[in-house]
Amino acid sequence: MDLQFQGGEASAEERGALDRLLATQAPRRDLVLPALHAVHDAVGWLSPAGIDEIGRRLDVAPAEVFGVATFYAMFSTTPRPRRVTYVCEDIACTGGAHLTLDPSTDAHAVLPSPCLGLCDHAPARLELDGGRYVGPMARTSTLRGDHLLANVGTTAYGDLVAYRAAGGYRALARSFEVGPAAVVQMVSDWGLVGRGGAAFPTGRKWAAVAAQPTFPHYVVCNADESEPGTFKDRVLLEDDPFAIIEAMTIAGFATGAAQGYLYLRGEYPLAAERLENAFRLARSAGLLGQDIEGSGFSFDIDLRVGAGAYICGEETAIFNSIEGYRGEPRNKPPFPVDAGLFAKPTVVNNVETLACIPHIVLGDARETKLYCLSGAVASPGVYEAPLTVTLRELIESAGGVREGSTLKAVLLGGAAGAFAGPDDLDVEMSFTALRDAGLSLGSGVVMVIDETVDLGAFLARIADFFVDESCGQCVPCRVGTVRQQEAVARLRSGGDALHELALLRDVGVAMRDASICGLGQTAYNAIESAITRIGMFTKGAR
Amino acid sequence: MSEVTLVDAPRRRIECTVDDRPVRVGEGDTILGACNREGIDTPTLCWGDTLTPKNACRVCVVEVEGSRALVPACSRKVEPGMVVRTDTPRVRHARKLVLELLGSSVDLSTTPRVDEWYDRYEADPTRFGEVARTVAQPAKVDNDLYVRDYAKCILCYKCVDACGDQWQGTFAIAVAGRGFASHISTEYDVPLPESACVYCGNCIEVCPTGALSFKVEFDKRADGTWAEDRQQVTDTICPYCGVGCTLSLTVQDNQIVRVGSPHDSSVTHGNLCIKGRFGWAHVAR
Repeated sequence: MDLQFQGGEASAEERGALDRLLATQAPRRDLVLPALHAVHDAVGWLSPAGIDEIGRRLDVAPAEVFGVATFYAMFSTTPRPRRVTYVCEDIACTGGAHLTLDPSTDAHAVLPSPCLGLCDHAPARLELDGGRYVGPMARTSTLRGDHLLANVGTTAYGDLVAYRAAGGYRALARSFEVGPAAVVQMVSDWGLVGRGGAAFPTGRKWAAVAAQPTFPHYVVCNADESEPGTFKDRVLLEDDPFAIIEAMTIAGFATGAAQGYLYLRGEYPLAAERLENAFRLARSAGLLGQDIEGSGFSFDIDLRVGAGAYICGEETAIFNSIEGYRGEPRNKPPFPVDAGLFAKPTVVNNVETLACIPHIVLGDARETKLYCLSGAVASPGVYEAPLTVTLRELIESAGGVREGSTLKAVLLGGAAGAFAGPDDLDVEMSFTALRDAGLSLGSGVVMVIDETVDLGAFLARIADFFVDESCGQCVPCRVGTVRQQEAVARLRSGGDALHELALLRDVGVAMRDASICGLGQTAYNAIESAITRIGMFTKGAR
Repeated sequence: MSEVTLVDAPRRRIECTVDDRPVRVGEGDTILGACNREGIDTPTLCWGDTLTPKNACRVCVVEVEGSRALVPACSRKVEPGMVVRTDTPRVRHARKLVLELLGSSVDLSTTPRVDEWYDRYEADPTRFGEVARTVAQPAKVDNDLYVRDYAKCILCYKCVDACGDQWQGTFAIAVAGRGFASHISTEYDVPLPESACVYCGNCIEVCPTGALSFKVEFDKRADGTWAEDRQQVTDTICPYCGVGCTLSLTVQDNQIVRVGSPHDSSVTHGNLCIKGRFGWAHVAR
């Protein structure tokens, strides 16, 4: 292409970062995101000269690289120090209360962030230096479970021998014995459904991709865990990365894919480090790469790191992000199993979904789920429990409501979820029981809200979240989330409840009906349930 | 504008139902195509007859039996046996809200037909109050040829697609930012003369709201002398090179005020270069 570059001469640091990235791989459009990270990590921000240099190396117009760079919240296109502390301003950490930030200095930026996925360490902060993880080092939360969480809290994350000693890679060997079709059948028969929030049958996805005559096929692990209040996938990736690598390999074997991508949210740098290390160990042990364990099957995984965009966890936005475009969702159909990543048949699975796979293949899978307990409970953390557990039992297992507090409501499923009231505590925490109760399991968020929380502020934060995270592509969501935010603000300051509630409902229904993707379609859920289930803003409205 | 006519291989016919009427369309046709064939007028903004549907504005949504959410008529292909409804309460509500959300945030004063649609869907863009956030901003007048008035931009992506991979291959503009702050931008938001823009004006050709306009039109609108009732469109052939692009000259008071090209022209598909689009100052002298 005959592209023009006028942003100036890149610095030695900027050029060096790109030299290192491109030393081992040919320039391709889908390296835009890694290239942006490389330059950003090196100098702390993306200068016009740095963006031009990326465009020049990858043959992409600077306007497009700029468009991609400005899509992501963690990238700065104005000068910023390399050292950054993100302070969570989201519901689990602040309850919606206004956040007071430490002052930034010339050497150290302090920035607000949506949910950091550290709700078990609330109030959460995350410190990065040139993109690398600095802190918090102390990890003190409760991680309780003996099945999906069996390796969590051990040293298996950095030790392939320990992982294998604990039974790791037996499932892959078993898969090679029984063959791809039998593996797909096992997953279908077991009835596994996706644990990212949508609860779609995993076996159906796998069977559809396996049957596609078009090649290559791809496996994408969706580790863009960004639903406020969700941190289970982070725990799995930080403490049991080999399990996810093994599961992706099994998925590749079962569906005829030779290449996988693990798309990790940018807010999980510790998981990124541990995954990179695990990939390296698995490759040198012949568990990734050509002819794995003499099976004739070849498979490898690329790690792709996001840069602050909730929307990239949407199953088609993740493709655009990986391919080096703005992380905007695609219209469906075509569905990922028909035309997904690089327009090829693609399986997209959530981390926890994949964590179930080795157990299913080995025939020892139990019907458990990871629940993320946060907010006003005594011991926030990830709790593994049978899907038959009740909300009350889950809260009790986390030590109950924090001492001296009274439970006011529980947010289930995150910002896209719904509020349960004190009368709902005996509901069974399964996909179907919650759906029947008008609630939603979503990604497993159980955020307990006590009387110290100003629910109006809490809802306002949820409304802010959707404004911040809407990609901006379609009108119902781009403008609807803003109108929702404005109406919630007016309700909080005593606006005409009848008028505002009708407005919220009108906008909410249009977002649900007419938005391109699940973000807009669910942006009204939590606010609607607060109004209808726990009576928010309805005083004087009836 | 007439539909682009291309001679294709014969296509399989597909039967579907639109508003309880049986309709036969060619395989690959969209719901919008089926609606047009039946004379069902469907509002569209981001759809363009020379571009791949972006389905971003959502004003054309319809109800399809078996689909949880509404679907965009402009991009969704008809499937055998599909049951489509274009005027249900859900459809009317969504279209009304899309129009209200756009009308409350963007200046639609030069968007064709929008008042008619407001009436049809009983849309009231003022209902969000005077404090509703808008994209109001000063027009970008940074060159003598055309103006970018992004207070009128609905983010249909058509200019980006026309500038980029679908027609011009210049890639001078892209969508930057995110959410409500998304906007059409050159690299680093530099003025057009410092950007990669080659002034083909193909972005103006596809802009559905008048956010992009010839400087002449912008100035005439500003001083109140823009008068469509005194305008005439005349087709001619561009005198500059051997390609022979058809030019559609809009003339007011014996002055060229706008240059386009027919979208069904097999030579241009509505696209021109800087000479055809803007090289007419000598005619007026």
